[in-house]
Parts: sequence; structure tokens; C-alpha cells
Amino acid sequence: MTSPPIAPQKFIEALPFARALNMTLEEIGDGRAEISMPWDARFVGDPATGVIHGGAVSALMDTCCGAAVLSFPGASSTATIDLRIDYMRAARPGARITARAECYHATRSVAFVRATATDGESDTPVASAAGAFVIERLNSEGKP
Amino acid sequence: MSRPAPEPVQVVKQRRDAALAALVDGVPYIGFLGVRFERLGDELTAILPFDDKLIGNPALPAIHGGVTASFLEVTAIIELSWAMIWADMESGKLDPLTLDREHLPRLPKTIDFTVDYLRSGLPRDAYARARVNRFGRRYASVHVEAWQDNRTRMFAQATGHFLMPAREGTE
Repeated sequence: MTSPPIAPQKFIEALPFARALNMTLEEIGDGRAEISMPWDARFVGDPATGVIHGGAVSALMDTCCGAAVLSFPGASSTATIDLRIDYMRAARPGARITARAECYHATRSVAFVRATATDGESDTPVASAAGAFVIERLNSEGKP
Repeated sequence: MSRPAPEPVQVVKQRRDAALAALVDGVPYIGFLGVRFERLGDELTAILPFDDKLIGNPALPAIHGGVTASFLEVTAIIELSWAMIWADMESGKLDPLTLDREHLPRLPKTIDFTVDYLRSGLPRDAYARARVNRFGRRYASVHVEAWQDNRTRMFAQATGHFLMPAREGTE
């Protein structure tokens, strides 16, 4: 993985599945990240309503949380240990979903992250997430 | 008195396979991931054939954590929906041949889903099976396990809670 600061375009380009879901990195830095994903008929989980599948939202949340960890000062790479997603309401069909993640604490090897996803429709998020991630640190020479 | 003759095996198989196909084919995201299901009686195994687009870490390479989460959640929802329609289908209350995109039973909705990443997903096919641990009127609790080469070495597991759709006679 790239060391911070991460070139926004490079980050998504380096992740084939994030590219497959048409994700866009909106902001990143200092343990925070914002990534959005457009609505797409191929990502629908409930054909009766046109609502995006929870799995696609999970993928967005996981990517965004991982990006937040990578942008934490001194991080060199990361991997998900566990991730819990609460689906608070259905995302509006057709709406872009934006995830915002924050790495709020990191020990030498574990990073704790929380995130929310919104669809611009109301102040209530579509989903929230909390997870633990492995964090690999750069050494004193700034190398992985 | 004589019992009615048992249904011919191909009739039973056709009914069950048609119901499963309608359920799976109705969900676009399952097709996007390339997930398919194999059925042995009422037991389902989900299969995720490896594809380059599923990669999350090209350096290893490893399957994207979001793919793993999606695969587990898809498996849980199909298993739960399958359990939901099985009884109706076998009793003849539900005719699978009338099931299509417009006439699917309402799917359960995910309340929460927790994924435990045990080891990185290798660039090869993955398999998953789900178990419904609680099948209530309001909500269900489902556990899912995914593995690759070796059934006893899971690479991920998950537990999720699902809101059950309103069903006839249960309101």
C-alpha cells in the first residue's frame, strides 16, 4: 500500500473492486477519509425497491475505513480485523452514497475506526460502521 | 387404503431448482459479484468464482474485504429467504413456476452484519454456507462461514440480524 500522503486518484485506481463499484475518493488525511459510490442498477439488492445491496454498502464502508487508517500519521498498510455495519434505513434508489470514516484511536498495531454513510436525503445516516483494523507502521526512517 | 404415489424425482428437483434460480437471479448484485448457489436437498452452498475485479490488495494479491462481506451477506440473505419459502413451496402453497422478478417473495432486510476477517482471501474460488440460528416472526439471526481450499480453515465468518418481511397470517 502507498504511504501517506496518498494521491487521491491513485488510491482507488490501486483497488480493482473499489474501481468496479465506481468509488470516488473525495477527501483523505489525518486519519479521516470520505469516499462516495454512485447508485447503479447492477448493485441493487432488493429488486422490488431498487435499494442498493447491503454488501455494496459494506464494501464502501470497508474501503473508507481502510483509507482512514492509511491516512493516520505513520501508517504504512492495513487490513480489516472485524467490521460491524448497522443498516439504519434504506438508501434512496438513484442516490449517491457517501461514507465518512474516522480512525479515532490507534495503538502500535491496532486501529479503531468508525464510519457513517449518507445519501443526502436526510440527517439520519443510511448506515453506520465500527471496526478494528491492523495498522502497520512506518519505521523511524519513514520506511514500511 | 393406498397412499398417493410419491412425486417423481424430476418434478421435485425442477420445482426446487426453479425456486432457487428465481430467488438468486432476481438480485442484480449477486450477478455482479458472480455468486452462484449449489443445492443438495435444502442445503445451499454459495460459490464465488475468483475474478480480477474482486481484488482489494493487488500487492498480495487478496480479495477485497468488501467482496468477502458482500459474499457472506448474500449467502445469509439467500439462505434465510430459502428457509422462508421452502415450507410454502413444499406444501404447494407457493408455485415456484410463477416466481419471477416481479413475483418474488419480499426479501429479509439486514439490520446489522458483523464480519470477522480470519485470514486474507486468496485469489481463487471461495465457498460459503449459512445457518439460521433464530428464525422468528420479527427477526432472524444468521451465521455464515466462508472458506477456500480447505473447509476447516475459514477465511471469514459473519453474524447478521435480519428483519423478516410481513407474511400472510402473521400480522
